[in-house]
Amino acid sequence: MFDLYARRRIINIVSLGISVLAMAFGLFWLGWILWTLLENGLPGLGMHVFTQTTPPPGSSGGLINAIFGSLMMVVIATFIGTPIGILAGTYLAEFGQRGWLAPVTRFINDVLLSAPSIVIGLFVYEIYVIKIGHFSGWGGAFALSILVIPVVIRTTENMLRLIPNSLREAAAALGTPQWKIISFVTLRAARAGILTGILLAVARISGETAPLLFTALNNQFWSSNMNQPMANLPVVIFQFAMSPYEDWHTLAWAGALLITLSVLTLNIVARVMFRQSPNSH
Amino acid sequence: MTVETLITTPKLIVRNLNFYYGEYRALKDINLTIPEKMVTAFIGPSGCGKSTLLRTFNRMYQLYPAQSATGEVLLDGQNLLDKKQDLNTLRAKIGMVFQKPTPFPMSIYDNIAFGVKLYERLSRNEMDERVEWALKKAALWGEVKDKLKQSGTGLSGGQQQRLCIARAIAVKPQVLLLDEPTSALDPISTAHIEKLIDELKKDFTIVIVTHNMQQAARISDFTAYMYLGDLIEFGDTSTVFTNPKRKETEDYITGRFG
Repeated sequence: MFDLYARRRIINIVSLGISVLAMAFGLFWLGWILWTLLENGLPGLGMHVFTQTTPPPGSSGGLINAIFGSLMMVVIATFIGTPIGILAGTYLAEFGQRGWLAPVTRFINDVLLSAPSIVIGLFVYEIYVIKIGHFSGWGGAFALSILVIPVVIRTTENMLRLIPNSLREAAAALGTPQWKIISFVTLRAARAGILTGILLAVARISGETAPLLFTALNNQFWSSNMNQPMANLPVVIFQFAMSPYEDWHTLAWAGALLITLSVLTLNIVARVMFRQSPNSH
Repeated sequence: MTVETLITTPKLIVRNLNFYYGEYRALKDINLTIPEKMVTAFIGPSGCGKSTLLRTFNRMYQLYPAQSATGEVLLDGQNLLDKKQDLNTLRAKIGMVFQKPTPFPMSIYDNIAFGVKLYERLSRNEMDERVEWALKKAALWGEVKDKLKQSGTGLSGGQQQRLCIARAIAVKPQVLLLDEPTSALDPISTAHIEKLIDELKKDFTIVIVTHNMQQAARISDFTAYMYLGDLIEFGDTSTVFTNPKRKETEDYITGRFG
């Protein structure tokens, strides 16, 4: 008897130890990345970053055009991708039990979800940028929206499937037409989860560089014209970090810190919202 | 004296009802008369078809393409299983409450108003009155009257179930189907609901599926015992429980089986 319990206790301690080590290993690198970012980014972070545009080498400047461009493209991409994603996800969850269309859609969506983002950039370059003949903010927004759609489809479907069937039956038993059941009962019950999915999609696209290299490219100057090449944080960081100029390096660090902090904030907000969801309908 | 002569005003008449889950025949030639403004209980072991029978009355099975029914269920002489019968009209007349409480993700007030709005255009005042009426009928008004704007999912299990009953009766149905309404509740909440059912039968015809034989004995006027898709015995509750005609019924009721 005693041996059995001692054995179990040892196995327990060993597995717990391994788990804690694995966690510490992951956290260590994450902490190091954050620390490096803070150490190198904070000195470059000042008011000028938010008031001046990207400078030519050797002079002072900020990142305002890149911040603005990133915001514009991310917001537009979210507005394009979210409705499509929610509608498609709703189709898969609520109507996708029979027929061949839903499984095929689900499969393609899974492929899209794991497609390298540079392929998406090339795709938009092929079908849009080449056709209109120049890089543009719209191209960037389109490429990003293609990244948003599969994430939102997946979370919407998963969240709707978590809603117990009894809720649908209860609504149907009142004589509710199906479109009302979906829009007023099931989507509503799943809204916190779906919103979390959208936030995670936004977090995902705000750091994407590859799709923007082929579409929005970059812009040295302030521009709010979506039909022109548009500055954005990831590409600016990419170019400035590759350059030999010290002040560009500093700005690149500041930009990297900005993106990381906003993605971190989005993730935290998403988590807090999801945790509250069961009792906050 | 047969059961049919005891029932002077039938509300639902089931004739030669068969039910299929795909190929599997879950109900076999059911014939049954449900009396108006009384409580009829369906009892039997798990898988006997009592919930299935209940769910044919509002054609709940139509949500699932593999399920089908043949035969007739007559509500005041009109066949509910007829393809021409409009589903929403049918479900306005026959309300249902489920095993697990299913409040909608909205306020207590909107939970009740939701169903009413499907069928009636009421002014603000009329709707307020209807909500109050339904909540009073469901014996919930006193507990929630100060928090009608709060979420229905924040209530306790027993309160949620009474909210679901209020929601069902707010559309003023004629028949109320209760599918094991207390099996997820504690004894005190169960007692609440049983008392409520006794009150509600003044206005509604009630059909209840229950696993709990004592509950059937306490609250029902008529009892149907089912086994493996057959209706074994149907009669007034005291006869079924004290002097069953069939051996199978007696075995189940005395706990020798099931």
